[in-house]
Amino acid sequence: MLQKNSDIMKSSQNRAIITVVGTDQVGIIARVSMALSNQNVNILDISQTILQDFFTMIMIVDLENAKISLQELQVILKENGEAIGVQINAQHEDIFKFMHRI
Amino acid sequence: MPISFAPEEIFETIHMIQAENLDIRTITMGISLRDCSCERISNTANKIYDKITKRAENLVRVGEDISKEYGIPIINKRISVTPISIVAESSAEEDYVILAEALDKAAQQVGVNFIGGFSALVHKGFTKGDECLIKSIPRSLAVTKRVCSSVNVATTRAGINMDAVYRMGRIIKETAELTKDQGAIGCAKLVVFCNAVEDNPFMAGAFHGVGEPEVVINVGVSGPGVVLNAIKSKPYADFGTLADIIKHTAFKITRMGELTGREAAKRLNVPFGIVDLSLAPTPAVGDSVSDILEAMGLERTGGHGTTAALAMLNDAVKKGGAMASSYVGGLSGAFIPVSEDAGMIRAVEEGSLGIDKLEAMTCVCSVGLDMIAVPGNTTAEVIAGIIADEAAIGMINKKTTAVRIIPVPGGKIGEKVEFGGLLGSAPIMKAHEYKPDVFIKRGGRIPAPITALTN
Repeated sequence: MLQKNSDIMKSSQNRAIITVVGTDQVGIIARVSMALSNQNVNILDISQTILQDFFTMIMIVDLENAKISLQELQVILKENGEAIGVQINAQHEDIFKFMHRI
Repeated sequence: MPISFAPEEIFETIHMIQAENLDIRTITMGISLRDCSCERISNTANKIYDKITKRAENLVRVGEDISKEYGIPIINKRISVTPISIVAESSAEEDYVILAEALDKAAQQVGVNFIGGFSALVHKGFTKGDECLIKSIPRSLAVTKRVCSSVNVATTRAGINMDAVYRMGRIIKETAELTKDQGAIGCAKLVVFCNAVEDNPFMAGAFHGVGEPEVVINVGVSGPGVVLNAIKSKPYADFGTLADIIKHTAFKITRMGELTGREAAKRLNVPFGIVDLSLAPTPAVGDSVSDILEAMGLERTGGHGTTAALAMLNDAVKKGGAMASSYVGGLSGAFIPVSEDAGMIRAVEEGSLGIDKLEAMTCVCSVGLDMIAVPGNTTAEVIAGIIADEAAIGMINKKTTAVRIIPVPGGKIGEKVEFGGLLGSAPIMKAHEYKPDVFIKRGGRIPAPITALTN
């Protein structure tokens, strides 16, 4: 248990959580995945659902070997989101770990 | 590697930040200036400037990087320094304005909006440096933009230095007069404390205490909006449930402070000091402590029941927050600054909240009579009386109390004075007009209470 806690506290891993919220349409996942693959960002997991008519996607990605920093990725994703009218957030995984896991 | 969070958890965090004003109110770097003392005050000023600009060189950039990567706003990056009375004392010069100017310039250079520590600790008496510093406060606050000043006039251990209380009454009046063209804004940067804490990250009362390390990072969180919405979601919950909701929310808010503080300390390569568990309101709609009290079931803040509601809120925030951080410190409690809280302003304007009720509320929360505007004809003695009352509450209850009061020159009850930004706007409130002059002018020190004898 102690081991697990200390794992959770480790912030050295360079993972981010990407959320996409907006009206469902063809090609959202394709577009986001393409943007990520262009920068060599590895997708570790995807979950997708329709919440109250809104397309909602959560991705966990690894930036360990990415060509760009998380800040630069945020800019690229934001532009992509605006182009198709969905909101894309990318945040370091630690913020969720700290708030929801002890 | 499956996603280890439920979608609800992820969207709860995002909602807190985007819709409920969850933010890190301040990352404050404490910097010791004890090695800056020189015999020539101009040399001291140079050393102060050099040390701050070197130590805090990357503070703002690191704050902005963290803010972007984690997606959580960090509103202010600030600096606190050793009380200047201690740093300046070795100089023969008696005018310390030059040091305030050096602090201001250094703050501007590194890009912080406030720098705290133009301060003196005089709860038991004045040294030469304390005298000179206090004398220099009004002009220093008038000629600088970013410098904040504080004076500790009482502690539970020492009692209340009534000479200092009276002197601060006059200093506040003088500061108001010198900054009257800007609504007496100098007074918004001046705090009179009882039991001041050494690691407070919040302005205007922050200074870097003598027991602190060379450099340290302290963090102040904020999240009245998050607590408000959590309470609103359970309108009929009993008090046990209500306390639980507040505790859970405070825990989550504080974790953000803990994360930010640790990360900032790591990146700046300085020790992490504390997270201050305060609920700090802003003038923004939905970011009000007063709104929380009203959501708990009061028609208006200031009515009967307000003190009980605030006491419960304050305690539950501490209980939740204390579990979320390895080091808790600073002021840690709900703030009730009038001008910085839209709900408080409304309560004052509608006549439900007055200075007496605010005084009662300061018994159960942090910190004190904060950002209160009073008419310009309020005398130094009346202000000293207000300070003495607050100091007495702090001294007897072993807590920090403070007075940040603005006697607006020419201002009358019912008018409003605008400060702008986080300082907000303050409705001018009625203070009692009966004179405490004879009491205030007795001089000397009110002895420490029997509760101070804890050894």
